[in-house]
Amino acid sequence: MSAANGSGANGNGANGSGVNGSGPHGGRESGVPARQGDRGEVIDVRRGMFGARNGGDTSGYGGLVRTVRMPGASARPYGGWFDEVADELEGALEEQGIVPENAIERTVVDRGELTFHIVREHLPVVARTLRDDPALRFELCTGVSGVHYPQDKGRELHAVYHLRSITHNRLIRLEVSAPDADPHVPSIVDVYPTNDWHERETYDFFGLVFDGHPALTRIIMPDDWQGFPQRKDYPLGGIPVEYKGAQIPAPDQRRSYS
Amino acid sequence: MSTSTHAPAGVRETTEGTVYDVTGGDWDELAAHAAKSDDERIIVNMGPQHPSTHGVLRLILEIDGETVTEARAGIGYLHTGIEKNLEFRTWTQGTTFVTRMDYLTPFFNEAAYCLGVERLLGIEDQVPERANVIRVLLMELNRISSHLVAIATGGMELGATTVMIFGFRDRELVLDLYELITGLRMNHAFIRPGGLAQDIPPGAVDALREFIKKMRKNLPEYDALCTGSPVFKARLKDIGYLDLAGCMALGATGPILRSAGLPHDLRKAQPYCGYETYDFEVPTVDTCDSYGRFLLRLEEMRQSLRIIEQCVDRLEPGPVMVADKKIAWPAQLALGPDGLGNSLDHIKNIMGTSMEALIHHFKLVTEGFRVPPGEAYTAVESPKGELGVHVVSDGGTRPYRVHFRDPSFTNLQSMAAMCEGGQVADVIVAVASIDPVMGGVDR
Repeated sequence: MSAANGSGANGNGANGSGVNGSGPHGGRESGVPARQGDRGEVIDVRRGMFGARNGGDTSGYGGLVRTVRMPGASARPYGGWFDEVADELEGALEEQGIVPENAIERTVVDRGELTFHIVREHLPVVARTLRDDPALRFELCTGVSGVHYPQDKGRELHAVYHLRSITHNRLIRLEVSAPDADPHVPSIVDVYPTNDWHERETYDFFGLVFDGHPALTRIIMPDDWQGFPQRKDYPLGGIPVEYKGAQIPAPDQRRSYS
Repeated sequence: MSTSTHAPAGVRETTEGTVYDVTGGDWDELAAHAAKSDDERIIVNMGPQHPSTHGVLRLILEIDGETVTEARAGIGYLHTGIEKNLEFRTWTQGTTFVTRMDYLTPFFNEAAYCLGVERLLGIEDQVPERANVIRVLLMELNRISSHLVAIATGGMELGATTVMIFGFRDRELVLDLYELITGLRMNHAFIRPGGLAQDIPPGAVDALREFIKKMRKNLPEYDALCTGSPVFKARLKDIGYLDLAGCMALGATGPILRSAGLPHDLRKAQPYCGYETYDFEVPTVDTCDSYGRFLLRLEEMRQSLRIIEQCVDRLEPGPVMVADKKIAWPAQLALGPDGLGNSLDHIKNIMGTSMEALIHHFKLVTEGFRVPPGEAYTAVESPKGELGVHVVSDGGTRPYRVHFRDPSFTNLQSMAAMCEGGQVADVIVAVASIDPVMGGVDR
């Protein structure tokens, strides 16, 4: 029990420091070997376990620190047709007078999927290029999916697009981020009209405003709804339920593993 | 609660307080326009409670006599917050939620979700062969039952009640098989990350062979009833017209896209669960209309029967769950007097003889397994089109975000393009040919 309230000492050890030093504890404890998975984009640092915040920590779990890292940028070659698509896209952007590095923040290859992180101002141009260039020809956009990373400061809201090329039988992902303080992303409805409802849905659930959308209104929730339900700071709701004599808390009040 | 303030369109401040415009957006313009024009043009709300709207779909039609001049769909009446709820359950519990999205295609929802989780876990190649065969088998059975509902309800909306009776009669055969295999007629949660909840029971193979025989006999009845019927053709031909350019622009997939002549089918283009090893064809027509979609659904059911037959032939004994005990549910399920539950042998083992097994069981059931951080997009060809799942993990025991790209949602957008300029009665035919299921649209 002596380690019960040892704040962070165990955590740093267990966490290690990244070889690229991108973690919040980077630079300290250089003697600890880098663990696999220490590379990547840090989106959050979680402390403790079970979500317990108040009361004395008698378990020692309160000292746990877990850094959440999403897969980071990949280096060339990406493999397979990924390089071809990346080359074509960069070439086509250069032809239009756009420096590819300014439009494409980074390229991630993970689990056999190719993701381009696009700077939001350039999204419509990139989407149009991907659709119209014969060598790219991503005709089908499967809509947009929002993701909320409240701890990733300045990049809280993500809009994720999956584009399918029926001609070349390929699938890529575009990811755009916007800060919570300025939740604006350009609409690509004029490139992919199918995104009309999808962008309304993402607006409805995340509050992401798609500039240029013809009629950005709520689509699933009632028009007078307050708040954006899929955001992480929006509670799930629910009431405690009695089951066999015990009170079972609402799902978002139950113990969870951080 | 969010602090961002983006007021929805159509907000007015009055002395009584804030008044929200229930329709909002471009509707104000439309309503103002209609108010100015002559009395012949009216706006009609069809639904949300209307027998031909497949659940709670609200169609807002501006009509001029019998002609629809503008059409819009109002959705959201069946929103249940499944995607939000998933973020508060373990990865395994997720199947119980997703199976309820499009309730007519439960196995496709489960399979697409589980393929996503498996890709995140990196165990796609470890799923046993038998589990894949049973997944394909269940999905193809599901394709038949979904198409049967599409044809049956579509027929009923035309007044062809015999088609409805036949369709539901045959769907019952499929539901009996579901009940035999999974224990439930719907909401199965049978496909799990890593494999299946359990193996198929004894007697299922015989029942499947019997079913194939029966369906081979029953399917021609739809041809005899509908395909050549002058009344049926008169109602369906050239109705709900959407050509290839329209399909591509609106992202329509499935029978709608194939009725425009493009043989795009994810089972062939991006095979999953071993579809590349099955012998079947992707039918297309180039009529772009409701009649073509009806013919396609009939043909797809015949092709599904072919696949089911091949599945039954290649069922070899073996495991139906990955070998990794950190992922596979430890308890073999067994049928007890009070229904399906943990097998008594397993309970006896963990409670009486092995404390480690008890700890392992407890950890896996209450905590679940951790999934490495990252995101994945997996898609399956559901009876309605591309059913895509975007899953995001933050390395925890629960999904960080799951988004379903439900084909009904996307396809329903094409309703306006199909209906404007047509007659009110044809709206029903066009919507029936889209085959939207509001459980999937609203989730």
